[in-house]
Amino acid sequence: MGGMDARMSNVAPAGDAAPSAGSSLHRFANPGRFLRLSEAVLPWLIAPAILLTLTGLTWGLCFSPADWQQGDAVRIMYVHVPSAWLASSGYFGLAVCSLLSLVWRHPLADLAAVEIGPVGAGFTALCLATGSLWGKPMWGAWWVWDARLTSVLVLLFLYLGHIVLVRAFDDPVRGYRSGAILALVGVINLPIIKFSVDWWNTLHQPDSITLLGAPSMAPAMLWPLLVSALGFTFAFAAIVVARLQAAVMERRIRGLLMARAGSR
Amino acid sequence: MTHLPFVAASYALAVLVLGGFGIGAWVRVGAARRRLAAVDPRRERAK
Repeated sequence: MGGMDARMSNVAPAGDAAPSAGSSLHRFANPGRFLRLSEAVLPWLIAPAILLTLTGLTWGLCFSPADWQQGDAVRIMYVHVPSAWLASSGYFGLAVCSLLSLVWRHPLADLAAVEIGPVGAGFTALCLATGSLWGKPMWGAWWVWDARLTSVLVLLFLYLGHIVLVRAFDDPVRGYRSGAILALVGVINLPIIKFSVDWWNTLHQPDSITLLGAPSMAPAMLWPLLVSALGFTFAFAAIVVARLQAAVMERRIRGLLMARAGSR
Repeated sequence: MTHLPFVAASYALAVLVLGGFGIGAWVRVGAARRRLAAVDPRRERAK
């Protein structure tokens, strides 16, 4: 078994940990505590994920207005934009887990990074595919080597590279370390994605929603988009927490089986 | 509706990705829970 299990078993029990950032983070490294917490949290993620995603997509598909220029093709936005936001924010989550792994050697952060990778890659692929389906009727091309599209394609490759790298070593800890370094180096791509439409002349339109400015979008389109984005966010979180829960249990099973084999 | 095939394909892909990952995670958690119940000595003692 890898070094992670040894580290998990060395986690101090609650109550006698020093009150530092690292030790408070390690409170959640206890697999039993994490399983209990995730069991309680998961229903509160799944219910809004289903409700908000179904509401947002139905609202966008059936009840929001068509665009005067794009017609009904604008309805692709209610899938494309949330998946694009989750592709980038999922990678940010992966980078945060990688930092926790490298700095504090947090064992659950390693597992979380491993479980975020495929989900983030799936959302990035969905973003690229729906972008392509939106681009063909609007631009007349499935794909252009535009700065925004290319930087998101690089993001997909970063996710795929991380998935491969963490599984490429016999010693899982070496895989986690290598994946964490790749994830942190790849963070440079996130501002490039965000500002690509401002820095270069791109076929992709600029952002319609910004943190500071008023959205340049009609409320009849903005609200279903926000509901859909919130639903996708809850869905992403629920999927990652469920996968992490399964990964913790699988690790525990392997540990128990190896301990049994060792005692014979 | 204009551009119906493109819109339909986009929504179908979303359902496929979200549903696929959701069902995959649910099946994996269920399988892990059953296997853990079978091998965990504390759970065996509790029976």
